Amino acid sequence: MSTSEKHGNPEIKPFWPPLAAGIALGLVLLLTFVLSAHGLGASGAATDVVAGVGLQLAAEATKANGYLGPMVADGSPIGSWMTWEILGVAIGALMAAFTAGRFRVQLDGARSVGTSKRLISTLAGGFLAGFGARIAGGCTSGVGLSGSAALGISAFVFLALFFATGMIASRLVKGV
Amino acid sequence: MFPINDNGMLSGLLCGVLFGYVLENAGFGSPVKLSAQFKLTDWAVFKVMFTAIVVAAVGLWLLRLGGLLRPDSIAVPQAAMMAAAVGGALVGAGFAVGGYCPGTSVAGLFSGRLDALVFIIGVLLGTTGFAVFYGTALRSLKSAWLIAEGDTFTDVYEVPEPVVLVVLGVALIAVFYFGSWFERRGSGTISAQQAVEGAR
Repeated sequence: MSTSEKHGNPEIKPFWPPLAAGIALGLVLLLTFVLSAHGLGASGAATDVVAGVGLQLAAEATKANGYLGPMVADGSPIGSWMTWEILGVAIGALMAAFTAGRFRVQLDGARSVGTSKRLISTLAGGFLAGFGARIAGGCTSGVGLSGSAALGISAFVFLALFFATGMIASRLVKGV
Repeated sequence: MFPINDNGMLSGLLCGVLFGYVLENAGFGSPVKLSAQFKLTDWAVFKVMFTAIVVAAVGLWLLRLGGLLRPDSIAVPQAAMMAAAVGGALVGAGFAVGGYCPGTSVAGLFSGRLDALVFIIGVLLGTTGFAVFYGTALRSLKSAWLIAEGDTFTDVYEVPEPVVLVVLGVALIAVFYFGSWFERRGSGTISAQQAVEGAR
């Protein structure tokens, strides 16, 4: 490791310590509960986008679908709270990365595992997470974080299996 | 009295901007940082998550205690144990393989990571796949091992809420204690510098 790497680029600000970041995240989550009566989420926005785009591209099939049909009964779910929230996540992350000198366009993982393998691992990982989130009715944010804060039993079961399977999978596959 | 049940655009944007700002500042736009949790070398994911869970849970309890929050007004995930277990396992596997989860992939993309965009495409395809295959099998998976008595430890097992909060507090201390122990033993946590440089 060269001296410049060891001491780092002064333009790049360090991440927040975990305790500080955790307190901040907890307060944001509390604010979300107080405002909206539910927690933060992410995969729900993906579901709204799939249902909304489906309604545009294949209206009949989407309306007839057992899962998406009820969601588009009152029109497109794009414009739901969750879709606005995920747009906000994009803006907030961009602001944080830019102001801290941490914005860099890259294909992260391409150097460590190779470009084609990285593209496959991230696509496969996204597919598994997207499919799994629909089974659980939410992802790490919606069930794991928000559900646990609401003291839901299923949220802790979700987290336990999330951690156990993630540890096993990370030993079998080097994806990043 | 809270909650005010505001599910409009400004409420969504405000909560989202703050969420995204915190996620990126915690280092959760980086798949190197995120996947290091499963290698046990960087415990930021669990330290941040558990701290946030305890802060929000205690906050909700205090607001209810002070009469500012209506009882039973906050959404709790349904106690469908099979769905939580299978879904949690798949999201965990996807996180380990892809380096993100659905929320952090948005933080990844907007800190410049194009692999996060591919992850998001994967999430959309996985969601579409679920909808396409949604039928008797997935429907019964989602409703298997459903606890009918309620959704929280207080409702089902009659554990008083302060006891649940104390247990969570102890778990939080344990995550910090053992997590830091693993971090000292391992190759060190992922700094912002390393995260920006990307996986090597």
